[in-house]
Amino acid sequence: MSLTEAETQELQVERDQIVGRWTDARQRLLRSPSSVIGLVLIGLFVFVAVFAPLLAPYEPGDQNLSVIRPGVYPGPSAEHLLGVDQLGRDILSRIIYGARTSLVIGLVSLGFGAVVGLTIGSLAGAFGGRVDTVLMRLMDMMLAIPGLLLAIGVAAAIGRGLTAVMIAIGVVNVPVFARLLRSSMLSQRESDYVLAARSLGVKRGRIVVGHIIPNSIAPVIVAATLALATAIIDAAGLAFLGLGSADPGVAEWGRMLAETQSFLQNAPHAAIFPGLAIIISCLGFYLLGEGLREALDPKFRR
Amino acid sequence: MLKFIVRRLIQLIPILIGLSILVFLWIRTLPGGPAEALLGERATPEAVARVRELYGLDRPVWQQYGSYLESVVKLDLGQSVVSRRPVATELRERFPATIELTIAAMIFAVGIGIPLGFLAAKRYQGPIDQLSVAGSLIGVAIPVFFLGLVLKYVFAVKLGWLPTSGRSDATSTALHPTGFYLLDAVITNDRVALVDTVRHLILPAIALGTIPLAIITRITRAAVLDVVNEDYVRTAHAKGMEPNVVDRRHILKNAMLPVVTIIGLQTGLLLSGAILTETVFAWGGMGSWMYQAINFRDYAVLQAGILFIAIVFVLVNLMVDITYARLDPRIRVR
Amino acid sequence: MTTAGAYQPSPAEAGEPEAATLLSVRDLRVVFQRRGRRPVHAVDGISLDVEPGRTIGVVGESGCGKSVTSLAILGLLPKRGVQVSGSVRFAGRELFKLSDQELREIRGRELAMIFQDPMTSLNPVLTVGYQITEVLRRHFGQKGQEATREAVSLLDAVGIPEARSRVDSYPHEFSGGMRQRVMIAMALSCEPELLIADEPTTALDVTIQAQILELIKELKRETGTSVILITHDLGVVAGMTDDIIVMYAGKVFERAPTRELFAAPGNPYTKGLLKSVPDPAHEEGTELYQIPGLPPDVAHMSPDQCPFAERCYRAEDVCRREFPPFVRLNAEHFSLCHFAEEVYQESLAARGGAVTTYGSRMDPDGKPAQGGAGR
Repeated sequence: MSLTEAETQELQVERDQIVGRWTDARQRLLRSPSSVIGLVLIGLFVFVAVFAPLLAPYEPGDQNLSVIRPGVYPGPSAEHLLGVDQLGRDILSRIIYGARTSLVIGLVSLGFGAVVGLTIGSLAGAFGGRVDTVLMRLMDMMLAIPGLLLAIGVAAAIGRGLTAVMIAIGVVNVPVFARLLRSSMLSQRESDYVLAARSLGVKRGRIVVGHIIPNSIAPVIVAATLALATAIIDAAGLAFLGLGSADPGVAEWGRMLAETQSFLQNAPHAAIFPGLAIIISCLGFYLLGEGLREALDPKFRR
Repeated sequence: MLKFIVRRLIQLIPILIGLSILVFLWIRTLPGGPAEALLGERATPEAVARVRELYGLDRPVWQQYGSYLESVVKLDLGQSVVSRRPVATELRERFPATIELTIAAMIFAVGIGIPLGFLAAKRYQGPIDQLSVAGSLIGVAIPVFFLGLVLKYVFAVKLGWLPTSGRSDATSTALHPTGFYLLDAVITNDRVALVDTVRHLILPAIALGTIPLAIITRITRAAVLDVVNEDYVRTAHAKGMEPNVVDRRHILKNAMLPVVTIIGLQTGLLLSGAILTETVFAWGGMGSWMYQAINFRDYAVLQAGILFIAIVFVLVNLMVDITYARLDPRIRVR
Repeated sequence: MTTAGAYQPSPAEAGEPEAATLLSVRDLRVVFQRRGRRPVHAVDGISLDVEPGRTIGVVGESGCGKSVTSLAILGLLPKRGVQVSGSVRFAGRELFKLSDQELREIRGRELAMIFQDPMTSLNPVLTVGYQITEVLRRHFGQKGQEATREAVSLLDAVGIPEARSRVDSYPHEFSGGMRQRVMIAMALSCEPELLIADEPTTALDVTIQAQILELIKELKRETGTSVILITHDLGVVAGMTDDIIVMYAGKVFERAPTRELFAAPGNPYTKGLLKSVPDPAHEEGTELYQIPGLPPDVAHMSPDQCPFAERCYRAEDVCRREFPPFVRLNAEHFSLCHFAEEVYQESLAARGGAVTTYGSRMDPDGKPAQGGAGR
């Protein structure tokens, strides 16, 4: 048979195997209770974030000054299901809009980090040698600075605001994705099926695009899901430290927590609900990420 | 073994250099330009000009880097915009607090995490196992600062069992020769100070150490589960070895390998999480120092803080690598 | 829910075994029970005897239950999901009635085992010497120098060159064959009465295989240890064993002295196994023989038929309707087959009724084979 025929056949077998692996993984995923919980939580989070304007009873920046007095910020009541904060803003609405903020930050930073990181990683993995060494040294240096600290550094350099936070978290994710893709590509370069393809005379570019990349997707998806989980927490952390948006109309869970510090005694509800929101959304992505990792692992051990 | 250590020490140098380059570049990207940034509000044209000359900001980049490196090594880290004191001095005053907190949190995480993970693995799918799995899954999702706030609220504000903030009571007359309060209390034989320090350490250490605890428990459990099924454990049983011996010598010794690596990585989490924790508990360490720096645009302090913590992190990982090599003879060959 | 008609033990076996027998296994059964799956009868009524100083070979394909048998004897099977029943008497004691503590006293000391894969059977983070002295310290209370000296001489005895310096080496610094020697040294350190060797050479190169087998033979001669040699390779047992048990689907299919088994097999399965052994005497280009079909699925076995029926050249209706009897062919030769006698007679006839010399093999067609037993 001709070269292209052999290659097409081989690719077909590959595709079948990969598709098989995905359907298999999906089944396994749905059987794991923690993954299902994760999916539900994520669904809830995304739903709330997307439909925020329809769900929130008030605007996030609305100050209902009539219900508060200095030092007295009422908790859950009929008009304000989760109470109000020190400026009279409805906490429920702020949490709902905060989901939107978190989702946006998460997706943008992830997108940025993943795109840059994967590009670097694939360059390093594809070319190897000098290129690889230089790029990976750079990544190692970035990794030498603990995540949050790096984000703080970047955010501080850029200034306040959501964009700064997004870029900062994105930057932190770059080396993670870079190393992931690079090691995946490197280990596959030596694997049997690649050697087989090369011995058939398949060109390098086709091998990379048609074979190696599809096989590398799985760990990247797992990493992306987990990265979303940490993005939510890190964004909250940065906001807590004062690096998030300065606009009082924008709701950010981390900043909500930061602001409650001074009146914690009087109004614990102002802290508890945002905190729970962070935990629940982060947990959702985390459970799903872990579930995906186990489901996609060919060695599935129970 | 010695060769291994030396080799790793040598590998350290390019990383440290790389770090300094990174931070150096970072300074130059700060808003307003490095001179203005480092001077902050006091950026009068004369001051700026002086700083420019001092740092040689007119000179080519690599020369600037050279003098920058020189000043870092000489521990001339500039002045804090907020306090007007030398950054190096403040650093020396602040870092023991953070180190102490980090170590306490690590002891908490490892001291509970490893035994718990081990127990969970041995009683696979028993109640302890299920609880610890659930606990570690949830534990990772709890933000440090939220946990800190909750702990503070429950135990300090509501129940009043523990102090709300600081490293020691305001009325304390304890001496602090080293800056490490626990150590100081022991050295000066001060019972009261010791108790006081411990009481202040508990909540922040727990808040900071909970996420690492969750991760260490999980990894230990997974590692033990893997090792328990290895052939050499079966061989040990076939030789008639006692169960605790098998546990200690065969299972744990091998299971600790991945755990040790994780502990190294967790230190990074602890060091960066310290910023958040110290803010909540008004802990007088580097974390709160840097928090202030963020809010006041005190970039000289930020720079020193980031550099210092990163170096500590790198050193800790080096120690972890060496420990790993001590435990696993197969690594030493490489 | 197992064999409908359990085999009939010989008069000597029924009831109490003779006092001198070192190991006596009676009707050993191991069932693996996973949640939601059918129970797997990995071992389904095995009986065997080992006399002091004798070597028994346990032969069978993968999955026939031979390894599980050895693990069951030593009590090394997991507690959960596994049911073990039957009787194992070792040196007069009923092992299944002993406490964990008492079993631990026996393991390593009187009853030792070496495993298949020397690469993974040694602890990678402990020195080889330590792993040997560990046994000596535990069972004999030997200390420091004394134990080390003993370890060095053991390593020497198994053929590790420069034992004195290598005693401080780690497993990864040895080759596969060397590691297996270390395992043997470890197992024989307390001079056990019985050594169980579970596929000791399967993971090794062919040339090394011969060396290891020779080593075991030699050590056995020196110390008088009894050996149970488990393998799927008939060539391995040919020159090593006194008696052979052939296992299939968790049951004993044939039992005979080695010479007898090779010369005159009484079971179609055994004949198939013998025929599958590549013979250097055969002409080039001869196709290698394979028993047709696949190894049995031990989770789905019917108790009312012969497990080998699907693949047997001799199978008839009765084989698919009834479980075969355990037929005694002569004083020491038994076979589980409806047609044991016939098959046996055929074998005898094929080689003209004469007894062959020790160690030589006959192919089932009766011609003497070249190529000795040193595979």
